[in-house]
Amino acid sequence: MSGRTLLWTLGKSGWTKRLHEGFSGCGKAFLSSSSPKVCIVGSGPAGFYTAQHLIKARQDVAVDIYERLPVPFGLVRFGVAPDHPEVKNVINTFTQTAKHSRCSFYGNVNVGKDVSVVELQQAYHAIILSYGAEGNRSVGVPGEDLAGVYSAKDFVGWYNGLPSCQELSPDLSCETAVVLGQGNVALDVARILLCPVDVLKQTDITQPALEALAQSQIRRVLIVGRRGPMQVACTIKELREMVNLPDSRPEMVAADFEGVTEALKDLPRPRKRLTELMLKTAVETPGEKEQRRRASASRVWGFRFFRSPVEILAEPGRGRAAGIRLAVSRLEGSGEGARAVLTGDVEDVSCGLVISSIGYKSLPIDPTVPFDSRRAIVPNSNGRVRQATGLYCSGWLKTGPTGVIATTMNNSFDTARSLLEDMDSGTLDVSAAKPGSQSIGALLEKRGVKAVTFSKWEKIDSVEMRRGEACGKPREKLLSVEEMLKVAQT
Amino acid sequence: MALVAAVRRLAQVSLREYSRKRTAVSWGGRLAAGRSLTSGTHALRSDNKVTVHFINRDGEKIAAKGSPGDSLLDVVINEDLDFDGFGACEGTLACSTCHLIFDDEVYKKLGPVTDEEMDMLDLAYGLTETSRLGCQICLTKSLDGMVARVPESVADIRQTKDEAS
Repeated sequence: MSGRTLLWTLGKSGWTKRLHEGFSGCGKAFLSSSSPKVCIVGSGPAGFYTAQHLIKARQDVAVDIYERLPVPFGLVRFGVAPDHPEVKNVINTFTQTAKHSRCSFYGNVNVGKDVSVVELQQAYHAIILSYGAEGNRSVGVPGEDLAGVYSAKDFVGWYNGLPSCQELSPDLSCETAVVLGQGNVALDVARILLCPVDVLKQTDITQPALEALAQSQIRRVLIVGRRGPMQVACTIKELREMVNLPDSRPEMVAADFEGVTEALKDLPRPRKRLTELMLKTAVETPGEKEQRRRASASRVWGFRFFRSPVEILAEPGRGRAAGIRLAVSRLEGSGEGARAVLTGDVEDVSCGLVISSIGYKSLPIDPTVPFDSRRAIVPNSNGRVRQATGLYCSGWLKTGPTGVIATTMNNSFDTARSLLEDMDSGTLDVSAAKPGSQSIGALLEKRGVKAVTFSKWEKIDSVEMRRGEACGKPREKLLSVEEMLKVAQT
Repeated sequence: MALVAAVRRLAQVSLREYSRKRTAVSWGGRLAAGRSLTSGTHALRSDNKVTVHFINRDGEKIAAKGSPGDSLLDVVINEDLDFDGFGACEGTLACSTCHLIFDDEVYKKLGPVTDEEMDMLDLAYGLTETSRLGCQICLTKSLDGMVARVPESVADIRQTKDEAS
């Protein structure tokens, strides 16, 4: 493009841009057809942080975010525990990004089904896949399909209002629940199972979950891991919440902590503090006040270490879980790299609820996108998808399903930087005009897909907050896609 | 262009006000008059200002002013310092993105660290013995001229010659 033509185009778009841009919340910028257009698939933290970084870095980039559900924010809405509202504050910065004149949100669009990645590539200069991990790792033992056995992903989705998990109806009429895995998600599940209902009813937990938990007869939750106290994947804030949980007391096996005190001095501070708190909780005789509190507690929780599931046992004649057979292991090596080795002994634990919290898993959504099924991620280098041009990834899809929101934020900024580098260097050709949402919008309309814009989401948002206000909760979530769409279209 | 820029800044300001109000609420209503963005209030009390020098991730030194009682996160937000990803949870001790590093002398003046702050600080990348969370440090006159370094939030693989596979 000649210098004069470029100036003319920029000048023209600059004038119309000034006319429309800058009034956040009302009207989107008219951008010249030659401005770089980027499409992001997924509207969780990865999608939004990637968008934010791009929009800030270049004044000419337009970003469209496509989301399968009618509602944005991904795991911030459906994963973060109801009693952790501060963690959800990031929604404010995401909202700011979504309302930016160079950003558009399109909910209720299923990439892979309603529109293909190839079609998106024809319309946009770059595609960033940020759709996270919607599957889960299976334990791979007999009995996993019995009633009363759930993945943490589904259980968390259930109490957080994820539409696809609303039929879960977990039976909470047993006394003991076993959670497999010792990460923060496992602790969230344990805490929600034992948290006093008076506390839960002030959160945005769904009404059906609240009612089920109010009827729950679960009084004991065991959080089971294959390795030892120094290998737990959870962090200290979540452990402290368990220790301080009202009406609950800890109960652990002192022998599991042999050798831990001696090992403390060599640990880095974060692991040291976490292990010290665990040790203190498990082994130390508490002061009088705490002793009294524990004695009057009606609920029990505890870590069980060196135990590996081998079978979930059914009630004879009934297809429901009645217990779990755990193999006893011992540690080989130490620290993060220690491995669990089976000893040959087994132990059966009675329980009516088993929740496996051993990891989420990404799934391929489009056959044209490279996918590493062993690691369950899209193969990439700094977010650039391998063996593809104009294709990037960020968030859990890029690195695997671990990390808090801040981890995902850094990961997303890294991908955005890669894309910006490629645009600047010419590796990614952004000189040819691309139609962006104009062509995709027409395609979706032809296919009868009704996209939910951000202002339509805001209608859903106010209905939820209004309903919540009526019962002392921050919001009462809509629980089905149909309901969400109905409100969005009013 | 100026009008548009001004309107946009107003919009940003109103959104910041919103998030700062949330911070105030979460601190149990610790509403300091000094939080107002109107320069009028500040001008009247200009002798009460505390200067903080931030060293950003590029090594640049940026001087900023705040009022006693403001947290370092407040200063970063009020002065529009724009450090990438800083203060994600808006000062509610639910993340570690306002991680700042101080020299020994200043660190000693910052006061005790609660367990809750330490718990989140433990998750910060590049944690040091003189690290704190900016949302928990409140300005006092005795901290005037303090230096706070914004550390890297992640290991930048680009800094190494070999590309990670």
